Amino acid sequence: MNAATGITSAPLAGRHKADENSPVRIAVKDLNFYYGSFHGLKNVNLDFHDRQVTALIGPSGCGKSTLLRTFNRIYSLYPDQRAEGQILLDGQNVLDANVDLNELRSRIGMVFQKPTPFPMSIYDNVAFGLRLYEKLPKADLDVRVEESLRKAALWDEVKDKLKQSGMGLSGGQQQRLCIARTVAQRPEVILFDEPTSALDPISTGRIEELIEQLRSEFTIVIVTHNMQQAARISQFTAFMYLGELVEFGPTTRIFMNPEKRQTQDYITGRFG
Amino acid sequence: MGALTEQISLTRAAGPARRKPGGIGDGLFRAASYASALLVLLVLFGILASIAYGGWPAFAEFGPGFITSSAWNIGQEQYGAFVAIVGTLASAVLALLIGVPLSLGIAVYLTQLCPGWARKPVAMTIELLASVPSIIYGMWGLFIFAPLFARFVQMPVSNLVEGMPVVGTLFYARVPSGVGILTAGIILAIMIVPFVASITRDMLDQIPTVLRESAYGIGCTTWEVVRHVLVPQASVSIIGAIMLGLGRALGETMAVTFVIGNANRLSASVFDPGSTIASRIANEFNEADGLQLNALMALGCILFVITFVVLIVARLLVRRVKVA
Amino acid sequence: MDAINTLAPPAPPLRKSRVRSGRRVADRLLVGACTLATLIGIVVLGSILAMLIIEGVKGFSPLLFTEPTPGPGSEGGGIANAILGSLVMTVLGILVATPVGVMAGTFLAEYGRHSKLADLIRFLNDILLSAPSILIGLFVYTLMVRPMGSYSGWAGAVALAIIATPVIVRTTEDMLRLVPATLREAGAALGAPPSKVITAITWRGASAGIVTGIILALARIAGETAPLLFTALNNNSWFSPNLMGGVPNLPVMIYQFALSPYANWQQLAWAGALLITITILALSIVARFVIKPQRAR
Repeated sequence: MNAATGITSAPLAGRHKADENSPVRIAVKDLNFYYGSFHGLKNVNLDFHDRQVTALIGPSGCGKSTLLRTFNRIYSLYPDQRAEGQILLDGQNVLDANVDLNELRSRIGMVFQKPTPFPMSIYDNVAFGLRLYEKLPKADLDVRVEESLRKAALWDEVKDKLKQSGMGLSGGQQQRLCIARTVAQRPEVILFDEPTSALDPISTGRIEELIEQLRSEFTIVIVTHNMQQAARISQFTAFMYLGELVEFGPTTRIFMNPEKRQTQDYITGRFG
Repeated sequence: MGALTEQISLTRAAGPARRKPGGIGDGLFRAASYASALLVLLVLFGILASIAYGGWPAFAEFGPGFITSSAWNIGQEQYGAFVAIVGTLASAVLALLIGVPLSLGIAVYLTQLCPGWARKPVAMTIELLASVPSIIYGMWGLFIFAPLFARFVQMPVSNLVEGMPVVGTLFYARVPSGVGILTAGIILAIMIVPFVASITRDMLDQIPTVLRESAYGIGCTTWEVVRHVLVPQASVSIIGAIMLGLGRALGETMAVTFVIGNANRLSASVFDPGSTIASRIANEFNEADGLQLNALMALGCILFVITFVVLIVARLLVRRVKVA
Repeated sequence: MDAINTLAPPAPPLRKSRVRSGRRVADRLLVGACTLATLIGIVVLGSILAMLIIEGVKGFSPLLFTEPTPGPGSEGGGIANAILGSLVMTVLGILVATPVGVMAGTFLAEYGRHSKLADLIRFLNDILLSAPSILIGLFVYTLMVRPMGSYSGWAGAVALAIIATPVIVRTTEDMLRLVPATLREAGAALGAPPSKVITAITWRGASAGIVTGIILALARIAGETAPLLFTALNNNSWFSPNLMGGVPNLPVMIYQFALSPYANWQQLAWAGALLITITILALSIVARFVIKPQRAR
């Protein structure tokens, strides 16, 4: 059953090979999620491997973003949303009531669909998260900011205007600024919530390259509605539908040889 | 929708003491924010409580008769609110009768008729009317408007209607000085125009263009579009805006004090001087003592109740009140 | 041309316009009435300004800004004490109202957005926004003047602060609501506690709007007269530095002098009226331009 219609085998070559032996960083166990009385996630069980990119795909409203937003408990900003079950980050349950949310969020970074530069200078944007948790002398701070901007492939474009507002950058640059801001905190996991859906193809390409590079240091989870993108950049793929996890496995297998009928229909574009 | 209510869950989850960024500062900040909000609540109840407390002796002394009595005799310590209440209501109603059509006209002009380039400056001019301090309206009313009003309206009209039934009483000025209930109503009308006009304009602007265009498309004239399409669409909000204007007119003090004539007598003519609750308080409070002070506080209490009822109705009709 | 003529259907006999004359008259009347209403508004503002300039400029001299107000019936003098007293009380009022107003607005927009308490406070704040200012004067009189046994600049400043606060609460809340939720999420996602997200991100994003609110509040209280009548009152000399006793101020000075029988006092009232109106109109216009760059962004 070769279902990879429209997706060439080229991006699935060598470097995208999933490393199934890499340790599990995040283990999701029997996760249920509710928006008020709406049951958004139903008994999700899923493992995320260290230094691998895992893509969450599925039609709109399938719960992929909802799942992503439970990892750093960002949903708890809204009083009527709640999660039940377990999300183990290095063995510690993130959903435990006595978890320090701020510390948790400094360990799990998040990049959003629309670029979210803060209304301050480029430098201050990157330094924002750093200043929260580390008291660094100015020189060290400068080093960390430069390092982060370099990792986000933005340094060369902004090194002469670090004092200018981050709102003045182009959309793609803003998104890389947000990545730099997240990377600066040296998190263990980075969550990407459709990070390129508001960007043009060239900016999208750069972000995808960047994610590939960041994989050497971070565990990455990316929500995308773009199947080609999932195929290009991820090692593992999870397909979700109507709040349930339908299928999970190495990206190559999910795209070349899906086990479930629904997965096959979705990636061949028959629905969604 | 990103309210930071998670703090609630944070405090609940506090558990063992751990250092988190701004742990204490964060709690303090939230407490300060909460306390400031409560202060708003406290001030409003403080206003009510202080005036009720100050006015209580007068209510106790005169009972319900305080509201219906038209006496205001400082020598004999006899006080009643009737004249001031009537003056307040009469001047405010006159203000609405004059100000609402003006406001609606301006709103329609700004949204339907005004050429694009003039829209901003004209709208700004009208809105600046709201910034002029009320004491300046008082001076303008007394020194500019009243003499003109006496000469070109009060005198000719009084001469014309003298001796006629009804209108002969309603529009007859014994002393055509220019000041009086109607003058106060006119000045108040001008003062409420910027508020009512700008809310109405916002409401008319919110009506989908397609609705307006389809009405013009079937050959409606501007009048018909306004009358049958725009006004019904925005009517609830417009009534709310009018109530808001009424609230302002009822409590306006300085401008009215300048032009109402400050007389404690009940007159059937709108050209005659009178007084409102606010003007009476402004005029007498600093020299008042004893029961007179209580009576003035009691007047304030009545004003509080009237305006707050009006403002609450206004607030229920217009979702949010404009600031300026 | 001939061809066109022959092709064209015969011209219909001139018939009456389909718009009945009654409709047309109503339309014309409406257009005329609306234009007239707008003209009246413009003329009133124009005549107020003309009156102030004509009457006020006559009394303008440098002495206005250096001399205190003269006694009844005496010549000369200025309004320097009233200007200073107004400045002091207005600035004190804004200094009190700004932190309270901004923090209360922050509660309504950030912490309490979904709570019933916030709904109630929002409602009451809107009421307070339009409440008669004379009642606030009575409140502060009972609260401060009577217990302290004296009119004071403090009482005046408190009365002005109570008038300014709801304006600031309201604009702060409105402006904070315009800050996109994703920005708050992004701040929280970096592990910033709520207070940090608010002060470093949302306040900053809404700063132009919040400043506008403060300027509008300033414009509102700078001309307030009624609440000062029973709190700061007025006097004709320099006020004591501890702000006890009557503190001269422009609005009450204008009120008392304009209605006085002395030509000199009346002249000073006009000069004060011109000064205060120009200041307030300028503040209102400035507020409009502060808010603009934010909308454009």
